[in-house]
Parts: sequence; C-alpha cells; structure tokens
Amino acid sequence: MEKLQPILETKNLKKYFNVNAGILHAVDDISVSIMPRKTLGVVGESGCGKSTLGRTILRLIEPTSGEIFFKGEKIVQSKSARMREMRMKMQIIFQDPYSSINPRMTVSEIIAEYMLFHKLYRSKAEVWNRTAQLMNTVGLARRLANAYPHELDGGRRQRIGIARALSVNPEFIVCDEPVSALDVSIQAQILNLLLELQKEFGLTYMFITHDLSVVKHISDEIMVMYLGQCVEKAPADDLFRNPRHPYTKALLSAIPVPDIRTRDKEIITIKGEVKSPINPTAGCRFAGRCEFADNRCTQTDVPLTIIGQNHLCACVRAKEI
Amino acid sequence: MKETLLEVTDLVVKYKTDLETVSAVNGISFNLNKGETLGIVGETGAGKTTTALTILKLLPERVGIIENGRILFEGKDLLSLSERDMMKMRGDKISMIFQDPMSSLNPVHTIGAQIAEALKLHNEKNRTKEQLETRVDEVLEMVGIPPSRKGDYPHQFSGGMKQRVVIAIALACEPDLLIADEPTTALDVTIQAQVLMLMRELRDRLQTAMILITHDLGVVAQMCDRVAVMYAGELVETGTLKDIFTGERHHPYTKGLFGSIPKLNGESKSPLSPIEGLMPDPTDLPAGCSFYPRCPHASEQCLLKQSDAILSSTHTVRCRLFGKEA
Repeated sequence: MEKLQPILETKNLKKYFNVNAGILHAVDDISVSIMPRKTLGVVGESGCGKSTLGRTILRLIEPTSGEIFFKGEKIVQSKSARMREMRMKMQIIFQDPYSSINPRMTVSEIIAEYMLFHKLYRSKAEVWNRTAQLMNTVGLARRLANAYPHELDGGRRQRIGIARALSVNPEFIVCDEPVSALDVSIQAQILNLLLELQKEFGLTYMFITHDLSVVKHISDEIMVMYLGQCVEKAPADDLFRNPRHPYTKALLSAIPVPDIRTRDKEIITIKGEVKSPINPTAGCRFAGRCEFADNRCTQTDVPLTIIGQNHLCACVRAKEI
Repeated sequence: MKETLLEVTDLVVKYKTDLETVSAVNGISFNLNKGETLGIVGETGAGKTTTALTILKLLPERVGIIENGRILFEGKDLLSLSERDMMKMRGDKISMIFQDPMSSLNPVHTIGAQIAEALKLHNEKNRTKEQLETRVDEVLEMVGIPPSRKGDYPHQFSGGMKQRVVIAIALACEPDLLIADEPTTALDVTIQAQVLMLMRELRDRLQTAMILITHDLGVVAQMCDRVAVMYAGELVETGTLKDIFTGERHHPYTKGLFGSIPKLNGESKSPLSPIEGLMPDPTDLPAGCSFYPRCPHASEQCLLKQSDAILSSTHTVRCRLFGKEA
C-alpha cells in the first residue's frame, strides 16, 4: 500500500504585515499537514491570525516566508497561470456570504461564474445543467435560480457560496467561519450539509472558527492559535478530553455549556486581554496572562513539542500542569 | 413569596411603514420577580429586542406601534407614563445594555464623563461634583477598570473593556431592573466568560433583576433562573431553568433549538438534528401556530389559534400536543 500523501502541507509559514507601529506577526511559523478527507479545525479568538492563515494557504495573501505544498507540489513560487489551475482544486467559503457574492448577479450566474471562467465545459447548456445539479446538491430550490442574493436569507446565501466553491470540483476547501453569521438552527443545517458533502465528494477541509463546539463537531484534528502561533494541536476528541496548554484549558472552560448541571463549575478565567501582535517579544506570547508562567516562559521562544500521540503543545510546563 | 417587579400582559407590537406591517411581538405575557433573572431566547427576528425596547419605550417613533398590552413596573403602568416620567425611569430604575459596546458609547466623550452623565441626570441624593466623581471611581472599580483610566476615550479600550464601561453606566444608579440585550455576543469566548462572571457577581451583590436576551442556550444555562423561548413574536415555552433544560415535554421548537447545538461531549462528525426550513416572514405570519410550517408534529389543528398548555405551576408550552391538562 502506498503511503498516503497529505493534501495540504505548510512548513514554517509566516505572514508579517508592515504597519505604522512595526511588524505585525499575523501568522508566525505555522506548520500543518492535512490528510485527504480529513478536517483540520483552526480555533482562536479574534486577531489570532486564523483567517490570514486560511488566505495565505490559498495565496490570496502572499506569504512572507515558508512553504506550502498542495499534493506535494510547492505552490509558493508557482506562476499565476499554474496557480489558477491549482485554485480549481483549492477553494474557500467565506464568513459573510453577502459581501463575498456579487449582488448584481443572479444565483445561477454566481454559481456558474467559476465554471465559465475556467472554461470547464464546452457549451453553455452543460454549464447550466451543472449549475442546476449543484443547486440541488446544496439544497437550493430550482425556482431561486434567477433570484438575486438580497432576496435570500443568510443560510441560503451561504449555500450559494458552497455551491460556487464546489462548482470547480475542488479537493480542498478552506471554510472561513462559514456558520458564524447564522442562527443556530440554520447553522446546524449548513454544518450537516458540509459533512454530507465531505463524505460524498471526498473533500478535505480546513475549518476556521472561533466557536469551540462547532469545531469539535466537525474536525478530526484541531489546532489552537494564539497571536499567530499554534499553541496546541491534537486529534479533536483528545484535545477536548485532555487539553494541555493553559490557553486551551481556559478556552475550553470558558464555553458556556447548555447544561444546567455545569452551572456552578469553576470557570478558569484568564486575566487581561490579548496583547498586540505587533513586534512581539521573545518567549511564550501567552505568558503575560498565564497563571503558570515562570521565568522560563519569557526568555526564549517556546517550540511545539510532542507530548502524546499526535498531540503537540507549546508550553514549557505542559508535563507538570 | 417573592415580590413581582415587572408584569407584561398581552403585549402586541407592530412596525408599520407605508409598504408593510411587521408583526414583531404578538401577544406575549410574562412577569419577573425582584432579584430574578429571566432569559429570553430565540433566533434573529424573533422579537426579543423589540420586547426590550418596548419595556423602555424606545421603539422608533411613528413606526413602532404598541397595539395592545400593559407593562406594569412596580405596579406603575409604564405605557401610560409621559415621556418626562419615562426619562426618570430610564437609567435610574431600568437600565439597558446593548449588544455592541462600540456603538453604544459616545466616541467624543471620556468614559468618566459618560458614567457621570447618568449619575447627574438622576441625582436624587443631591451629590456634589466631588461626590459624583467618587461615585464614578467606585463604579469603575466595581467593573474592574482602574479609575485612573476615566479620562480615556472609548477607542482607547478593547471590546471587553468597553462592554465593562457600558455595564458600569447601566449599573451606576443601581437600577432595579437591568435589560441586557446580547451583552456578550460581540465578544470572544474568554472575554465573554469574564463579562458574564462580572454580571453574575454584580447582580448578586446589588440584587438587580435582569432580563437577559440571547440566542445562546449556554449563556442562559449559566446565568438565568427562568427562561422564555421566543419564536416569531410569541413565547412558545416558559419555565424555570430546570423545566426547559431537563424533562421530555417541550415545545417542538425548543427541542429543535437544542438539537441544533453541536454537543461538546457528543460524537464528532455525527449529523445534527436541525429544524428544517426558515422562520416565517413577520409581515405574513401563518394563521394559528407560527411554527407549524416547520414542525414535525404539525396537523390541521395547528391552523387554529393556540393557547398555552400549563404543564406545571412554572412550566407552560404553547402547543396543541400537550392539550389543556395540568
């Protein structure tokens, strides 16, 4: 049996932005690999660089340094023509379905746009057939084909975004907070749809979200980000059962659980707020808010180390706390 | 027996424009005891915020119309109060925290001045300027902001800190009732935990009654004593926290809401059981039960006007499945 190759791999990926106050470390040294048909969940609070990571991987934002491999092919230096071909295999679904679709195009035009651009079919009729089929797949009624996005609710608009991403037969989709703007009953519909599509088309997802219960639900593996860095990475169940990094622990304990038995459980609140990602100092970026921090934490950068099976954690005290 | 603080009966609110009439709140009744926290849960467009705005009489002029109902606060009918008297209530007896702390603070005034404003307007104790300043310091300390920062402007604070300032303003006059409309929705989860802890602690210390409006059942479970589930302008189920979160007998919508939440202890990648379809258009609500187009138990009887079935002295469900029996 041949060894399975990851669909997507990044090595020491960095994205720094030059801002007035200095250099903003949005994505700082992220190495991930996602196997086919698996979902990597990326969680973190606003400003931790999770969306920038998603966009950098698709080269919608050019990385500052590091490597990205798609099915083993280095794509950082790829020419734009090659990149266009690659993008058929790598798609993205955005958070706000309204600002990511053209309000002056009808539903079927939006879904057909990528197929026409990439000249996937020889005749228009084939494109429209495929569009109808896609609408069916994502659960959009045929009568909506000529509707405009403003006539639809958030859930349906998100379905358009999904149909458009699927139209070019991708293998890998970055889902950037696809359900965050939706109500809980609609959110559940979209999550179910994404899971069904993954099974049916063998898709690989990178699922970016701030919602921990959503990420637990949809992911095989979860990466927790804090200020541009990965602080912990583990299989989903393992991470929730046995979080090791103090930040992950605090994050998990802060989720309000819809269960009255946990009402009086102790919440590990972390003091203070996220510090600025501009010109970060050496050492663990969480140290200032961490109750376990000691002088080892602030001297040198804390690397990700293996602490269990497939379980990585960037904390010098991971073993003792 | 606890004293009733707020009593809302048969409230009907509509938004009327030249083009259409939106039925935002359709005959809701509830009451709130002193020191108690009521959670109002529902999805976007269920009428939660409209209910809150109606209690404070802050509905948009000419468009928002209270068609029917009565709101008694400490025995006084709020709807018959003049605007002058109402102004004395707002911020003093009843306060409100809005969802977005960025837009509820004035960007050109210091936060100290904004807290002092509420105190000055309701200065019944005739505090002097110095006493007011001391009170501002006290209030800031209460919400965990160093009083030395009172000369700072809102943009110098982060989202969580701004929400603390908003809470400080709301609680400065120690109101009897605090209405919090999605107070933590715009915040990150760790900051949300900080703010919720703060609200819980202050509520217990000051004995403030609270109406907490949210779409997050998790927040409700952590904060509330009683829960009202709202759908398309109606309260489909009300009960104590225990009534709603345990037991088998629930409104199909409540069941759907719980089925839609991904469980933290559940199996990964197992499908959720969401509610099919969408909330009805509030300009054109179905006759009878407004949930029947999405309901798995719908039948012809659902086309008739539904009344509340009383399941226990604290638990009511507006659904024909439960008949009229006690």
